[in-house]
Amino acid sequence: MSALLKSFSSFLGSSIGKKLLVALTGAVLVLFVLGHMIGNLLIFVGPDAINEYGHFLQTMIHGAGVWIARVGLLVCAVLHVVLTIQLTRENRAARSQRYGYTATIQASKSSRIMILSGLTILAFIIYHLLHFTVHAGNNYGTYQVMLHGEKVHDVYKMVVAGFSWLPASIFYIIAMLLLCSHLSHGVSSMFQTLGLATERTRPIFEKIGSAYAAIILIGNCSIPIAVLLHFVK
Amino acid sequence: MPLEAHIPSGPLSQKWSKHKQDSKLINPANKRKYTVIVVGSGLAGSSAAATLSELGYNVKCFCFQDSPRRAHSIAAQGGINAAKNYQHDGDSTYRLFYDTIKGGDFRAREANVYRLAEVSANIIDQCVAQGVPLAREYGGLLANRSFGGAQVSRTFYARGQTGQQLLLGAYSALNKEIARGGVKMFPRTEMLDLVLVDGQAKGIIVRDLVTGKISSHAGDTVLLCTGGYGNVFYLSTNAKGCNTTAIWRAHRKGALFANPCYTQIHPTCIPVSGDYQSKLTLMSESLRNDGRVWVPKKKEDCGKPPAQIPEDARDYYLERKYPSYGNLAPRDISSRSAKEACDEGRGVGPGGLGVYLDFADAILRYGHDQAADKNLSEAELRKLGKAVVAEKYGNLFDMYECITGENGYEQPMRIYPAVHYTMGGLWVDYNLMSNVPGLHVLGEANFSDHGANRLGASALMQGLADGYFVIPTTIANYLATQKPGSIKADHPAFKQAEAEVNARTKRFIDIKGKRTVDSYHRELGLLMWNECGMARSRDGLQKAIDRLPALREDFWNNVRVPGSGADFNQELEKAGRVADFLEFGELMCRDALQREESCGGHFRVEHQYTKEDEAAKRGQAGEALRDDTNFSYVAAWEFTGDVSNPKLHKEPLAYEEVHLAVRSYV
Amino acid sequence: MASNLNLKLKIWRQPSTNAKGTFQDVEATDIPETASFLEMLDIVNQRIIDSGGDPVAFDHDCREGICGTCSMVINGIPHGPRRGTTACQLHMRLFKNGDTIWIEPFRAKAFPVIKDLAVDRSAFDRIMVAGGFISVRTGSAQDANSLPISKEDADSAMDAAECIGCGACVATCKNASAMLFVSAKAGQLNSLPQGQPEKHRRVLGMVKAMDESGFGNCTNQYECEAACPKGISVRWIAKLNRDYALATVHESLLAPANGKGGGAA
Repeated sequence: MSALLKSFSSFLGSSIGKKLLVALTGAVLVLFVLGHMIGNLLIFVGPDAINEYGHFLQTMIHGAGVWIARVGLLVCAVLHVVLTIQLTRENRAARSQRYGYTATIQASKSSRIMILSGLTILAFIIYHLLHFTVHAGNNYGTYQVMLHGEKVHDVYKMVVAGFSWLPASIFYIIAMLLLCSHLSHGVSSMFQTLGLATERTRPIFEKIGSAYAAIILIGNCSIPIAVLLHFVK
Repeated sequence: MPLEAHIPSGPLSQKWSKHKQDSKLINPANKRKYTVIVVGSGLAGSSAAATLSELGYNVKCFCFQDSPRRAHSIAAQGGINAAKNYQHDGDSTYRLFYDTIKGGDFRAREANVYRLAEVSANIIDQCVAQGVPLAREYGGLLANRSFGGAQVSRTFYARGQTGQQLLLGAYSALNKEIARGGVKMFPRTEMLDLVLVDGQAKGIIVRDLVTGKISSHAGDTVLLCTGGYGNVFYLSTNAKGCNTTAIWRAHRKGALFANPCYTQIHPTCIPVSGDYQSKLTLMSESLRNDGRVWVPKKKEDCGKPPAQIPEDARDYYLERKYPSYGNLAPRDISSRSAKEACDEGRGVGPGGLGVYLDFADAILRYGHDQAADKNLSEAELRKLGKAVVAEKYGNLFDMYECITGENGYEQPMRIYPAVHYTMGGLWVDYNLMSNVPGLHVLGEANFSDHGANRLGASALMQGLADGYFVIPTTIANYLATQKPGSIKADHPAFKQAEAEVNARTKRFIDIKGKRTVDSYHRELGLLMWNECGMARSRDGLQKAIDRLPALREDFWNNVRVPGSGADFNQELEKAGRVADFLEFGELMCRDALQREESCGGHFRVEHQYTKEDEAAKRGQAGEALRDDTNFSYVAAWEFTGDVSNPKLHKEPLAYEEVHLAVRSYV
Repeated sequence: MASNLNLKLKIWRQPSTNAKGTFQDVEATDIPETASFLEMLDIVNQRIIDSGGDPVAFDHDCREGICGTCSMVINGIPHGPRRGTTACQLHMRLFKNGDTIWIEPFRAKAFPVIKDLAVDRSAFDRIMVAGGFISVRTGSAQDANSLPISKEDADSAMDAAECIGCGACVATCKNASAMLFVSAKAGQLNSLPQGQPEKHRRVLGMVKAMDESGFGNCTNQYECEAACPKGISVRWIAKLNRDYALATVHESLLAPANGKGGGAA
């Protein structure tokens, strides 16, 4: 048992071990982002669809499901953030004296601002949770609607109300642009770190990463834009 | 001083086996008490250090490079010979032995060369087991190619990087032993003197090139694996750091220097482009398979672009002089012919030191082959032909363009010969021990296996044979006579040597003269190249011998070495090496002067076949004329205390097995 | 005909490891465009010595692009602007008259500056000592052809083996990571049958030594591949990541817990 712990701690202490965990937690978050977006897009189907979806999430496994998911996501997000901050600090320390003349041969802009895009997204997530989950500073918690004879939370109204305030939508769109940037490097990077990329598959993973990031950007941004343009009201 | 080579008795093919049987063994428990000092970490040094450590000896290994992996063995491109006969084309130990002896123009020891051929096969086994990625065929077995005009395919290779791959193999073995604690490695550490105690080699004085600290290292035996002395010419294909200091210092302490005049010149190098030139780059000789060598017939045409020189104004001199071999004439002949053309003022390019290597005809010829019967324009044919040439030599054309900025497909390349390898070195016996007891010399640093000329793909073979297979057996013959660890670094001999080294360093710094170290090195190199290069004459050699003492004197009075001895000082490093080259150069000229014959890498203009000889079918005019009656010996020089007055010892070469033949390319 | 260049150099001067360094402005006039970059520095150094100064220290040796000794960053890129080329093979014709050229040492905590442009890359040697070998004693090898290796595998191993250990990958990496070097070295041996018995030990040992040397972490930007004078592919990094995960699983879960070891008493 102690040997096992020793292996695990040296794995966690190692550069590659940390990165593998970042990739694995990243994978969970990447999939969550997609699921979250698909759910949200139900807003275009109509109030009932998204409210039913919201209700399903709340009541899944007698209400335990949402907490299992929340805890799981929280663990992944915390690990992802803590490890990347640690890795970034190590990276900065690895070159204490900077170059007088800096040049980049081919690294993408996205790949070079991962920590910035990531931390901004983190700030956005905290705001987003306070805004739509904790309902801090608003009364969205009181929005109710009748669905199939049952009183449920009016998610639809909450979204419309939330995005009707222009600054919230702008922050949301900026966050989504950064998320897009983060994903455009992160998704393909994940395959490389997990050791799944080969010379032939790497360009494919890179295209998948870019496409994935673009889909998330378009999908998520369509909602505030639709609200602001009164397509959804 | 009698030169006892300690060649075992018995038939040639049994000598090494017999010697291994007769060699002494050292008790495993005692081995770790012996300290072996290895200087140099190239193929010979790394392989020796690793193997001796495996056997249980305590090894200290030194190199001036920042990592043992960067020794100049790394630059060898072509391949490594081994008598594996994997191609079933009639190769054998005997055939490799014979080719090597003949290639060396019958100036090497039979027994050494036979042993080299014998262990060659083990080298390949060893390297493959280490993970050296030698080229393979689709069936998964090792690939071979024919190299350097050999009649059989016995050369193993790893793309164009055989030297690097074999060195990395030896370096990995070294790392394995460093990890185990058997070898202690000292990179960026240069040997500046050899220490003798009671006439036996017991240690070295080194300079830490980073801190400048001079220190002593004592051992039970010293192995010099420090490579050749080609940089005496300043410009050569050697790395900038290659130097003769270790073996020259040993020579000054009593080790005999054998055959220093034997120098290999490679015909297809990229020519000098200006007086700032720092080194010469070799291109594979395979280019001569398809390229045609020429210069303008008239001096006046030399400045013209080659395309403006009509066909009838070109002199394809190799085809003209050697119709049967043409552009594939042997290395020394084609090198000398290039020099003659340039000496006549018909050289091309900057400084007039270059000849054209033209692929225009080959491109058209391949174009026609590809086009078969189709009727194509010349431009289309050229395009097809260019693709074929690019496939065969593309990387060489790229390298040429990278260095010269010229496109070898569109205009002829320019080539010129350059110093490539030195066959001479410290004299050693069959045990690879010099005449100084306890001083062993391996690889290019010794003189033993290549005679007057080295065959292509044999340098790597010799370095690894010496390190992996020969010294691990023969070293015990010396060590068994020694009480381990009997000499410590606090012995007065070390203190004295350290003081001398420190005084020399101080002297360099204190001169504060007007000329840079490089300027002396360039002057020495040019003098050596002109008088002791491709073609040597009595007058020229005498001229150099007369000039060198004055140049040395000027150096010691007028050189400027900035900085101090107490830190990282590359000018100081160079100063020490150039000071030794300035002394060594004279010995080289004296050796060339006494050898009144032409053989292999030593060509004396006074000794060549004449037109009359050619008519009488004795040999081709212009070819080297060997004198087996008077010069079938190893010239081993003893340092007498006066650089200009060395003493010659001769080790006669007895040929029991082979019949001395005349090389003929008629 | 070749012409000569007048250049403004900004050269990093640092007397010793712990001293503070600065950029020195040096006018390099009348430089032949046929000279190599290092020959340009030779010319500059000769003039510095002639005028009583201290020449610029820089590492170099073979000057034909194979020994991996030269180690300078030219205008922000290790070995300069030409792809697949070491600094010694870079020629001045790539520069224009009047250009300003920044010349700096490879910068990484794991590569401390020794003087000016010369750095200490012994961290690479320590990584190699930690597992970059196959444990085979001299003389114990079987016949070389008794172990067939597919041409594909041999060629692939050779791709990795082309690494000249110069450290440009570290110098160019935004994080000063040594992953390309380590992965090429481990990958060469791990992709050959001879390297299988020690592959887990090798990977764990080399990665540990890499981490202890203070290199940064790979963030998959692939600057290393672009700066590598031998064009080593980042596919080796993916393989190292994979091999490291497998080695960890092997060591922690699969290896016998109480192995007694073999051999005679």
